Amino acid sequence: MNGTEFHWSTFFAMGGYAVYVWPAYGLTAVVMLLNVIMPLRQRKHIIRRVKRAVRREKMSTR
Amino acid sequence: MFRAIWAWIQKFSSPKYFFDMSGKMIPWFAIAAALLGIYGLYLGLFVAPTDYQQGESYRIIYIHVPAAWMSMFIYVVMAISAAIGLIWQIRLADMIAAASAPIGASFTFIALVTGSLWGKPMWGTYWVWDARLTSELILLFLYFAYMALQSAIEDQRAADKASGLLLIVGVVNIPIIVYSVQWWNTLHQGTTISITKDAIDIHMLIPLLLLAVAFKLYYAAVVLVRARNEVLYRDRSRRWVREIIEKL
Repeated sequence: MNGTEFHWSTFFAMGGYAVYVWPAYGLTAVVMLLNVIMPLRQRKHIIRRVKRAVRREKMSTR
Repeated sequence: MFRAIWAWIQKFSSPKYFFDMSGKMIPWFAIAAALLGIYGLYLGLFVAPTDYQQGESYRIIYIHVPAAWMSMFIYVVMAISAAIGLIWQIRLADMIAAASAPIGASFTFIALVTGSLWGKPMWGTYWVWDARLTSELILLFLYFAYMALQSAIEDQRAADKASGLLLIVGVVNIPIIVYSVQWWNTLHQGTTISITKDAIDIHMLIPLLLLAVAFKLYYAAVVLVRARNEVLYRDRSRRWVREIIEKL
């Protein structure tokens, strides 16, 4: 990749280290993505739970 | 004077104030993290030259080194938060610590696996029990122990106290990780970034630092989302939380 013409195939080959480089990047991407998705799902879950609890309390005090 | 400072701290550490402020900050951290991350990856994968010794395999360091830094940085943030929670009884500090744990564990896991994937072609093995690798693995176990304690103890105050103490004691592991490559004869290479000796090419250094900052901003965004969840959950019986949740 030094000054010579750019080819996607040489890029993906990573000088023969593709089997090490791309799993490293792939795993990092997956773990970091999960760390975004999980708290957002947790948030929805908490909101749903609290809403249900509030409704139940209103029913019992009525 | 001290009373004014204390009043200021109390205002900023109130869960309600934090919830409102952090909500506004999250998108900015997220956008900045994404932009710096993409630019850093572009420079690291497409522009930076090939290493004369390691070939293209060295490109793993652009995620390995920032992840390893984050694994220690987040632990220190948690330990400081735990100390603040223990000393000044600031609940928000305990929530920040709890919110950080899964993110810190994730970065430690990333550092270990990416390091292992680099070690195989360079050292000929995925794993060795040398000081650097072992102390980083202990860090992962410290995160797990913290999370296990948090979920095992029913009473939240007691859980924060016990797990906070664990965090503070575990801080001794951080200098061991940092200096392990100097104290012991390890297989792991020395520090990548050094002020005294010119170890790394500037075209390799810039993407590395960009990704390090991007990872920090990513942590800021994600920890705030998690800490807001902690606020909603722990203060779920308070009126202001219920009023907010009704609108969501």
